[in-house]
Amino acid sequence: MYVAVKGGEKAINNAHRLLADRRRGDRSVPAVSLEQIVEQLALGVDRIMSEASLYDRELAALAMKQARGDMIEAIFLLRAYRTTLPRFGYSEPIDTSEMRIERRISATYKDLPGGQLLGPTFDYTHRLLDPDLMADGEVEAGVAAEAETGRTPRVSEILANEGLIESDGELPDDHRTGDLTREPMEFPMERDIRLQALARGDEGFLLALGYSTQRGYARTHPFTGEIRIGEVEVLLEVPELGFAVSLGEIQVTECQMVTQFKGSAKSPPQFTRGYGLVFGQSERKAMAMSLVDRALRAEELGEDIVAPAQDEEFVISHSDNVQATGFVEHLKLPHYVDFQAELDLVRRMRAEYEEDQKKQEGNGGDTLEAAE
Amino acid sequence: MTIQQTDMATYNFAYLDEQTKRMIRRAILKAIAIPGYQVPFASREMPMPYGWGTGGVQVTASILGPDDVLKVIDQGADDTTNAVSIRAFFQRVANVAVTTHTKDATVIQTRHRIPEETLGKGQVLVYQVPIPEPLRFLEPRETETRKMHALEEYGLMHVKLYEDIARNGHIATTYAYPVKVEGRYVMDPSPTPKFDNPKMHMSEALQLFGAGREKRIYALPPHTDVVSLDFEDHPFEVQTFDQPCALCGADGVYLDEVILDDKGGRMFVCSDTDHCEKRREEGHRGPLAAEAPEMQS
Amino acid sequence: MPATQTNAAQAITGGFANPVFEAQAVFRQLMNAMANPGVLHAIETNVAPPAPLTAVAGALAATLFDHDTVIWLGPVIAREEKARSWLAFHTSAPLTDQALDAHFAILADPGHISSFENFAQGTQEYPDRSTTLIVQLPSLQGGPALELRGPGIKDRAVIRPAGLPDAFPALWKANGGKFPRGVDLVLAGPDAIIGLPRTTRVEAIANVKEAN
Repeated sequence: MYVAVKGGEKAINNAHRLLADRRRGDRSVPAVSLEQIVEQLALGVDRIMSEASLYDRELAALAMKQARGDMIEAIFLLRAYRTTLPRFGYSEPIDTSEMRIERRISATYKDLPGGQLLGPTFDYTHRLLDPDLMADGEVEAGVAAEAETGRTPRVSEILANEGLIESDGELPDDHRTGDLTREPMEFPMERDIRLQALARGDEGFLLALGYSTQRGYARTHPFTGEIRIGEVEVLLEVPELGFAVSLGEIQVTECQMVTQFKGSAKSPPQFTRGYGLVFGQSERKAMAMSLVDRALRAEELGEDIVAPAQDEEFVISHSDNVQATGFVEHLKLPHYVDFQAELDLVRRMRAEYEEDQKKQEGNGGDTLEAAE
Repeated sequence: MTIQQTDMATYNFAYLDEQTKRMIRRAILKAIAIPGYQVPFASREMPMPYGWGTGGVQVTASILGPDDVLKVIDQGADDTTNAVSIRAFFQRVANVAVTTHTKDATVIQTRHRIPEETLGKGQVLVYQVPIPEPLRFLEPRETETRKMHALEEYGLMHVKLYEDIARNGHIATTYAYPVKVEGRYVMDPSPTPKFDNPKMHMSEALQLFGAGREKRIYALPPHTDVVSLDFEDHPFEVQTFDQPCALCGADGVYLDEVILDDKGGRMFVCSDTDHCEKRREEGHRGPLAAEAPEMQS
Repeated sequence: MPATQTNAAQAITGGFANPVFEAQAVFRQLMNAMANPGVLHAIETNVAPPAPLTAVAGALAATLFDHDTVIWLGPVIAREEKARSWLAFHTSAPLTDQALDAHFAILADPGHISSFENFAQGTQEYPDRSTTLIVQLPSLQGGPALELRGPGIKDRAVIRPAGLPDAFPALWKANGGKFPRGVDLVLAGPDAIIGLPRTTRVEAIANVKEAN
């Protein structure tokens, strides 16, 4: 049956209708509300916000609902919305030392100024399915430790007092922070752009790369200097007012990985750093990001580039899951024009091959190699 | 300038915001000024996935005006699902007139084909490009391929093609066959079959190429020299078909192989559906025109 | 929008009345002009920038410039505060006095061009990072005949722009000799433009009969 033409539009409309139907599912089950998603699937919402680079829990929840829980599809939806938004300005850098902390741990010091604060973590839960959650049972109110107010110094500052860790990266005064969603990407890239790419990068991809560095593919001897999760204030300098105004608070997860470094021609022996920062609560992503950030600093620190996680072009070109899923999935679009060209070629080569075989059999010769 | 603000109140004309259009327009001008050179641009996320033609869509959205007549094809056909989808997108966000007739279109967006009908002065052909870098499969690193273009160092490409000849007796590239533009830049023609390469040479139409995921725009102005790479002893050849279109009887066009049953029955028909329909309207008939099942409608 | 108080009124008037469609129309003519060097492309516009900026140059500026594009102005324009304010208000484009940093340049006194090398040439890796010059001319007709060849031109084309320096063919040849680096020109007449991309080869010819 010759079906290539006509009816495309109708087919698409019907597919969309069916998709909407399947998205809703059994009508006797109440539809999930955005509030429910924001409140009860919060970590999924956070991942969508992070990888879409847009801090808006409600829209992220809408994207998740619309995408039927497909995270990459939801990230794509939110990004496609983000790209249409006008830019009013660029905020001041957030100051995470002024964070209102909900969780803060260090693996390098038993205790430290500001203390260790476990917060809402899965870390010490026993992974036993909880039948109580099958019903909508009562849940006790949480007991949060007394949150300390004011400044909580970062572990990197404590190490810096001894001069044992590299100082914060310096960029020239006239450096304008880049934005890879507005400017074409160029390799090699500055660290600010690279960190932006990693923050938007796919959690699974960065996790695997970070893991690979631990298994010997560019080992960096990492220690979790600190992870902190909490609310930070976002400030916008308004030239007309002459001072910065607060736009509100956002939740972020920051990870500072401290790595031993033997020194090189470019740098003395010291601790070096890898940095991770993501929207919401996601320490897996922040930690993986900081491992990969550190691995990608190989060139800057004069290390040999021997592993995938150190290869900037490889990592950054493939870390974006919206791009990756698009190009992988586009293989399902019709390619029959090109396939026809290949069919023709393979048929021709096959015929030539068989002719060669016949000739050889005729010659009884076995010295010639068959065409590959 | 009478565009109805019907259901597109929340989006700008042709979807993209004006700043994005300006950025893309500036890239297009550079691309025209340096034929075959890939101009980096800050590709935006579009409301369709990467791989679906986001580069072509951004280029089209940046040039399109209210007086344009748009044609969209995929695999040569106006009615493949993705062509339908992209055409519907522009109808919705730009309220633009559309056509399936090649000669009536001012802007043609395409994936994988160049129409059979020779394009004329003033027409713009916008290609959707997945991998704009012709050297990418020889050298995966952008930093390296950029150097190779800068130094006009294309030996690797010739070596690759010659290895084909040494191994197979002929060049085994059938689509996305590399071309050299004005004797300078080696360029990827997008995954069109090499059958279409000669149509790029000295075309009267402006040809624009958009690669969204890879963030590149390049161009061929009209009347530009475009040569498919080859060797003196192995000159470039296009595919030939040993039978005409089964529906319209056309020779010298690119054909799709259509499987009719599971017993090896097949027919070959024009890949360019507009060309085929036009010929049949003019009374041309192929050998199977009578028996061909009715087109679905 | 740093329009100054004194020139505020003149700075904020004279822009596109309908930016979306007017910019598209001007761009389309410009695109076709660059793709078809040697062919005059009409620019119909109500844009009215302060002198010495011309309407056509103003329309091109409003179409192409924004705060991502660095602009260099030729001395005749640069010394006019009103012209600078108009550009600032309608495009937000930052100005530079370093022609080498400019994405675009507007010149009102092209007779004084002594070289195109003072402008950004792009690099061998990124030849697109070069200056595009908008050159205001009193007329695109009646000047000395120039024969054009190159991409976008079927065989040859002849143009007669008035107001270019006598040395223009030689300067342009030097620009072309750097390909793929080099600048691109838009010749802006009173109501039309001619595109001269770096690929176009220009030859001065005496007593040429107009081909068209």
